[in-house]
Amino acid sequence: MGGWINFIQRAILQGTPLLFGSTGEILTEKSGNLNLGIPGIMYIGAISGVIGGFFYQSGTEYVNDFLAVLIPLLCCLFGSLLVSLLYCFLTVTLKANQNVTGLAITTFGVGFGNFFGGSLIKVVKSDVPYLALVDIAGAYKKTLPFAADMGDVGKLFFSYGFLVYLAVILAIAVSIFLKRTRAGLHLRAVGENPATADAAGINVTRYKYVATCIGGMIAGLGGLFYVMDYSNGIWSNNGFGDRGWLAIAIVIFATWKPIMAIFGSYLFGALYILFNYINVPMQVLPLIQMLPYVVTILVLIVVSIRKRRENQPPASLGLSYFREER
Amino acid sequence: MNALELRNVSKRFGSILANSHVDLTVKKGEILAILGENGSGKTTLMNMISGIYHPDEGEIFVNGEPAVISSPRDAFGYKIGMIHQHFKLVDVFTATENIVLGINDGRRYNLKEATKRVGEIAEKYGFEIDPRKKVYAMSVSEKQTVEIVKVLYRGADILILDEPTAVLTPQETQKLFAVLRRMRDDGKSIIIITHKLHEVLSLSDRVSVLRRGEYIGTVCTAETDEAALTEMMVGKKILLNIERTTPHDTADRLMVRGLKLFDQDGRAVLDDIAFTAKSGEILGIAGIAGSGQRELLEAIAGLQHLSEGEIIYHNPKTDKEENLRDKTPTQIRELGVRLSFVPEDRLGMGLVGNMDIVDNMMLRSYKKGRSVFVDRQPPKELAEHIIESLEVVTPGVTTPVRRLSGGNVQKVLVGREIAAAPTVLMAAYPVRGLDINSSYIIYNLLNQQKENGVAVIFVGEDLDVLTELCDRIMVINSGRVTGIVDGRTATKEQLGLLMTKTEGGAAHEKA
Amino acid sequence: MKKPEKHTREPLLYVCKRNNMSLKTGILVRAIAVFLALLVCAVVAKVLTGDNPLSIFATVGKGAFGTGRTLVTIHDVAILLCISLAVTPAFRMRFWNTGAEGQVLIGCLSTAVCMLVLGGKVADWLLILIMTAAAIVSGVIWGVIPAFFKAQWGTNETLFTLMMNYVAIQLIEYFLKIADKTGSNVVGPDLLRHGWFPNLFGVQYLLNIVIVVILTVLMFVYLKYSKHGYEISVVGGSENTARYIGINVKKVIVRTMALSGAVCGIAGLLLVGGSSHSIDSNLADGRGFTAIMVSWLAKFNPLMMVLTSLLLVFMARGADEVTSKFGLNSAFADILTGIILFFIIGCEFFINYEVHLNRRKKAAVAQEGEN
Repeated sequence: MGGWINFIQRAILQGTPLLFGSTGEILTEKSGNLNLGIPGIMYIGAISGVIGGFFYQSGTEYVNDFLAVLIPLLCCLFGSLLVSLLYCFLTVTLKANQNVTGLAITTFGVGFGNFFGGSLIKVVKSDVPYLALVDIAGAYKKTLPFAADMGDVGKLFFSYGFLVYLAVILAIAVSIFLKRTRAGLHLRAVGENPATADAAGINVTRYKYVATCIGGMIAGLGGLFYVMDYSNGIWSNNGFGDRGWLAIAIVIFATWKPIMAIFGSYLFGALYILFNYINVPMQVLPLIQMLPYVVTILVLIVVSIRKRRENQPPASLGLSYFREER
Repeated sequence: MNALELRNVSKRFGSILANSHVDLTVKKGEILAILGENGSGKTTLMNMISGIYHPDEGEIFVNGEPAVISSPRDAFGYKIGMIHQHFKLVDVFTATENIVLGINDGRRYNLKEATKRVGEIAEKYGFEIDPRKKVYAMSVSEKQTVEIVKVLYRGADILILDEPTAVLTPQETQKLFAVLRRMRDDGKSIIIITHKLHEVLSLSDRVSVLRRGEYIGTVCTAETDEAALTEMMVGKKILLNIERTTPHDTADRLMVRGLKLFDQDGRAVLDDIAFTAKSGEILGIAGIAGSGQRELLEAIAGLQHLSEGEIIYHNPKTDKEENLRDKTPTQIRELGVRLSFVPEDRLGMGLVGNMDIVDNMMLRSYKKGRSVFVDRQPPKELAEHIIESLEVVTPGVTTPVRRLSGGNVQKVLVGREIAAAPTVLMAAYPVRGLDINSSYIIYNLLNQQKENGVAVIFVGEDLDVLTELCDRIMVINSGRVTGIVDGRTATKEQLGLLMTKTEGGAAHEKA
Repeated sequence: MKKPEKHTREPLLYVCKRNNMSLKTGILVRAIAVFLALLVCAVVAKVLTGDNPLSIFATVGKGAFGTGRTLVTIHDVAILLCISLAVTPAFRMRFWNTGAEGQVLIGCLSTAVCMLVLGGKVADWLLILIMTAAAIVSGVIWGVIPAFFKAQWGTNETLFTLMMNYVAIQLIEYFLKIADKTGSNVVGPDLLRHGWFPNLFGVQYLLNIVIVVILTVLMFVYLKYSKHGYEISVVGGSENTARYIGINVKKVIVRTMALSGAVCGIAGLLLVGGSSHSIDSNLADGRGFTAIMVSWLAKFNPLMMVLTSLLLVFMARGADEVTSKFGLNSAFADILTGIILFFIIGCEFFINYEVHLNRRKKAAVAQEGEN
């Protein structure tokens, strides 16, 4: 029993960055923008938080938990916002190819993260030996006070930092937004058929910008969670790995539904750590880690063969919208 | 008071005058039909009322007040709504979702309430609509209903319908008309664009006629008849002086029998089409746009999956007969059938806009020979020949065709297709958008081909041209042949009636 | 100057497609973009290192073409170019293959497997032939799978090929675990002792470079002069026209992706057999993605790609030098590459579109057109 609880707990922790990433990407893709820059944006979100936290921690004697959470959080959102704006400017305003722009953002973002992760101390000529934001991580990992007294239930449901809950709340919120609000309806129309949305008087450009920027900020939180909570505030270069791409895979797996992304993220998170809990030779481990991608491919194929309209990618995904003047 | 009034409205696109000094009035609670042939400027005029284009000249009044309409939003502000021929709907949305799309009335977003209101509107005017049905699952007429309700939902008092019956069966048309009459009785003003005379007569209160962008006049429906309207619509015969030789040594080249083709919605686009194209003559095809001309030519060229019928080709060399049905373009060519085809959308099909003239010349011939490489010398010579003989205006043979003007693009395409020395030449609207001079070059080319014993099939829209160029004219209407007449004796009125009559078009329910 | 009336919501500027920009202007626009990008790079470098910009560029130049570095730089260009060549035919067909990384890696993997399993058992020349065949076949398989589904059912190729990358990465990880029981992340030259490419004229990497030069010429000729290349252009230009003249579009898609995969496989072969003699899951080092940008920047022209891949490798190697000189993290190169890419991506807009003042609105206000 204890093993199971522990397994689920770890799976949820593993799944949380993926959930942020996939929720953000779903929101983005619903506007017709295929943002392949998400992996880079998650790096930027993480490092922006780290930079903010670093300055706060090195500038203060006593670390206030509230500020320790707030400052990196705002920095993370701001960093993700800036790079998402860049993506929007290039693809929406300048109508550049989305694939190329996204990949360039990822190159830039991963480089940006690793560079400042590796050289921040050097650049600001600080005298600390390495980048560790333990106090701040402590603030991020704060759990509800009664969690420890509740045994397994507490462990399973209440033993996480607030970002884990925020991820789920955001996914549900995005789902409600898409399904039940006017703006959500308009956003989906923009992603499906921008010409029709335009004719109906919807500002296509504005919707694409706002959705992509908010989506990018949500994804950035995934990076922040990874470094502040999951890695205890210690940055390691490339530590975040390919989670950004896995998040994009989950978008497909979830057929563009945020609620499905919650399950998808935890499932993929579980597959990520499954090897620790089952008795298999070490060699097989990569094959297990391959499973999420294989499953995603199978979903993609099945969806395209069955052609159920509800499960298809947004119809204008990857295309820039240009209103032809006559 | 007039609900809507246009005074002296003109609009030009480049050198083409789409509307010239048009006056129009629509009263409250009446149905006004706008009648005119293809290209007479009906849709352009309506687009100016609905805010898609802005008039170059003239004024628009709504309820007696001058109005500036520069976007569809502005049009809605004046309670004007247009139902376009091409529906603007999001496929994966329900009817209700499409209807409320883009509305920001400050009220809480509530689909249930919206669904209720849709139901109320439907009941009031007698629509049949399932508000929860997804658009992709709908038939064409259901989609049209959604478009109309969309406009009503926004409180439109003036409704413009652009050829609403073109996609409907007769039964659906009757239902639509009943709804429109109810709306009129409710005080709405309705403008319906059409070229079907009997519909005009049975539905409208008044008729305004346009011809070649010009306003011809308005008459009360009760005081007119088909003959008078046809004359207003087609005008007096204009002499074009196209040479027409008497066909000699004609022989059956292409025998089409019982062609049947259904579209995605299961509607028959071609219905029992049968005709024979003879060598050494030009067979004209007349009809309202979208009556199945495109599909018919594509079917012959091997680009459509027919559900019934046969296309028999009589090979003059071997004297053998081949059925071309269900063959791909490559298979047709391999049978030795030299079929040339000038499609109506030249850059969408037939040419590649980004490639230069030489590479476009090569499309028909590049496969020749065993070499793995293409030989650009012959197509280059051909390109130079065509540029010279057809007076193509271009900086050079390496200019991408997309940069050429419409007429020059057409010459490149027609030139290439004729260079393939066809035995059957099909051309859809080959002079559309061309100036007079270029048009005559094309007519001469077609006549030359006829002289050379080619079976020419010419799809046209200008009845004057059809009656002067073609030896026989087949008229199709809603995918059915309504008559094949002699080009030398046919009158424009006769063709106009054949193009618009519907008793030939039997009802087709959704398959 | 205009009265703020109700109907002036339209923006003052409007954009329309440009259809004739001369070659010269096009080059000028791009040159300005690169210049601006370098300017921004210089400022960034200045802020982070405190060194003066000119000396930074000197360092960059030294990093790329300093003593003993030129050959490595050229080899880097060659590998990147090879992968860029691979993705190009598919792109010309508008098939967005984001899976070059995986197609290269699978080529690496099958090469390494051959080296490990057959090494010492067959003659080296035969081994190299087998490696080549294996790399090509595996690359083809990796390319054709998504192409088949795209042709048959329209499965989204961008996402499909992207996922295939990670399948390839995990397969390599699996191989590493099996081949090297010590649990290291690399299977190195100590295990892959056979099947190394010979040094041409005693120069390391020269054979790789020569192979890529040949491939570049072949690809250029294939795309421009062969019937296949012509069909690719037609399918990319207009699928309807392709059907109209009887091209089997599905066949062309699958065939072209097979070619893309094959060339990626060759790139993998060159990486393992021709240079590193080792394999790890990071061997392609993101080149599969960089290649997409190289190809796109060069407008899918193989000869132009020599320049664009040189530009990116030059910046990367130069930035490496800057970072080591100032003790900074090597990811600096990615930042500079990113900045350059943003500028070049952005400048395409000014090549493809024109920006005008809104004449229509002026006309509406003044009530007259300008005919």
